[in-house]
Amino acid sequence: MNEPLAVIRGISHRFGAVEVLRDISLEILPGSYTVLLGPSGSGKTTLLSILGGFLTPSEGQVLIGGEDCTLTPPAERPTTTVFQDYALFPHMSVLANVAFGLRMRKVKRRERHARALDLLGLVGLDQAARKRPHQLSGGQRQRVALARALVVEPKVLLLDEPLGALDLKLRRQMQDELKAIQKRVGTAFVHVTHDQEEAMALADDVVVMNDGRIEDHGPPEDVYRRPRSRFTAAFMGESTIFRGKVVEKSDRLLVMTPLGKLTAHGEAEEGEEIELAIRPENLKLQGSREAWLHLGRARITDVVFQGSFKRVIAVSDSMPPVQMILRIGTEEGVKLREHVDLYCRPADLILLKA
Amino acid sequence: MKNLAPSLAWAYALILYGFIFLPVIMLVLFSFQGTMFPVPPFNGPSLRWYETVLADSRLTSALVNSLVLAVATSLFAVFLGFLAAYGLARYRLPGSNFLRGLITAPLMVSYLIIGMGLNIMFNGMGVPKSLAAAGIGHVVINLPLCFAIIYSQMGEHQVNIERAARDLGAKDWQVLTHITAPMLWPALFAGFFLSMTFSWDEFVISFLLTRFDTTLPVEIWSLLRSGLSPKTNAIGSIVFGVSIVMVLVLELVVLRRRRI
Repeated sequence: MNEPLAVIRGISHRFGAVEVLRDISLEILPGSYTVLLGPSGSGKTTLLSILGGFLTPSEGQVLIGGEDCTLTPPAERPTTTVFQDYALFPHMSVLANVAFGLRMRKVKRRERHARALDLLGLVGLDQAARKRPHQLSGGQRQRVALARALVVEPKVLLLDEPLGALDLKLRRQMQDELKAIQKRVGTAFVHVTHDQEEAMALADDVVVMNDGRIEDHGPPEDVYRRPRSRFTAAFMGESTIFRGKVVEKSDRLLVMTPLGKLTAHGEAEEGEEIELAIRPENLKLQGSREAWLHLGRARITDVVFQGSFKRVIAVSDSMPPVQMILRIGTEEGVKLREHVDLYCRPADLILLKA
Repeated sequence: MKNLAPSLAWAYALILYGFIFLPVIMLVLFSFQGTMFPVPPFNGPSLRWYETVLADSRLTSALVNSLVLAVATSLFAVFLGFLAAYGLARYRLPGSNFLRGLITAPLMVSYLIIGMGLNIMFNGMGVPKSLAAAGIGHVVINLPLCFAIIYSQMGEHQVNIERAARDLGAKDWQVLTHITAPMLWPALFAGFFLSMTFSWDEFVISFLLTRFDTTLPVEIWSLLRSGLSPKTNAIGSIVFGVSIVMVLVLELVVLRRRRI
């Protein structure tokens, strides 16, 4: 079970003089949902194209099911792709679209139609089999594209920003469906997105990419709670980030920061310049002096009601001032320009290497 | 004064359309002439000249020649134009701008020059004048047209669709036959019918490159040399009728579809 299904080994890629991927290595487990998360230009789509066989990497290897596929064309790879613009065949019915892959594999007409209908049933579109793609809504086209890619039973299904063209509400709904479908068919999904909420909702494994490198990698909870880099801390959700210098190292670290002398956990040398991050939900307005770190006083500059919580921006009284982001319950009363004390638990201080 | 402007506009339109269509109307009208000369007064209507035309084996075989030539050369021009357009749209070739210009260049060259050039070349190569030689000439003039029409319809959005087909296991030729060609069907059809109409009433090249078996326009020309007769009107009306049918088919099948 823990034998990886696909292995990416030391992949680098250049478009002309521009290096878009730098020494990427990654393992994809069978039945897992992997999300490649990053801003545009981070190389995530390039990596997906290399997995799908549309690009040959400048360096490195792609192994799928133990076989070296680096030079295998897309048609012969055990992968299929769901394209961002769906790329449905406009001149074919929905059924013929889904059955296309089987037709290319010379499956008999009756059997391929039966299997295509099964897949359309899986995505809830068996009623639309006779329609043409242009008669469907965006969400329905998305499902047809998914069914079409799944019908040939790929080992790895690649999804290139599959929800990017949908509106927010439909996107959240399709997210849940994607996850459910993935669990049902058991195929490994590799999904590219720049939407961190989408990534957290879907992924068993998040791969955060930036500037052609993997910044962080792991289950979404770990990546969120313990981001390994400043980039991840800023990209996966919000954080309050401030500088500090390690002044003492024992079983924990003592860090000199604008918010005072704070104790933190993590690996750093004495005298090292580091950064500390705190997630907004871990910043509190109350705390006991023993178990909590006091982060000084701050003036509230903005309160935004967001339905289930309030997002609060405060600026610390320290020099230099630090902009703090909090997420507090709606029942807590805070006023604009009011001064408050801020607290957090030592365990919630995230240490980032500068 | 106010009423003058619309009536002037109507008068202008009448003169304009009269100028364009009167010759054709005269041609068709006097093809139904009952007497020997296609000049007023009109005596008729009569179908006797159509009977004469259909009884004339030279004219009927020229008509068949013209039709066969139009269909065959248009199919060939569409086929070659499609492959050229696909190659230039989908692959980065060295000097592809230059190649594209080279393919469309014959559009700018007069048929006379093309016909003369082919005539001289075939002479030098010892290729006898024939329908096939004229057919080559028609492919030369229609290929650039088909290429230009089809190339203009090959957009970037189709690239991903072809990629999807390849991803699902289609080989290159299967992508062409199952995806690219059906997606471009309106452009292929438009290219085919435009080529048909051009080939159907093309005169200069056919005149220069055929000898015994020839096409209808060339046959009509030799008829005209022996003076005016309602027979030439009748055969001219048939040519005109076929052209109209082709344009209508093009309009109905291609242009109406695009509106949907």
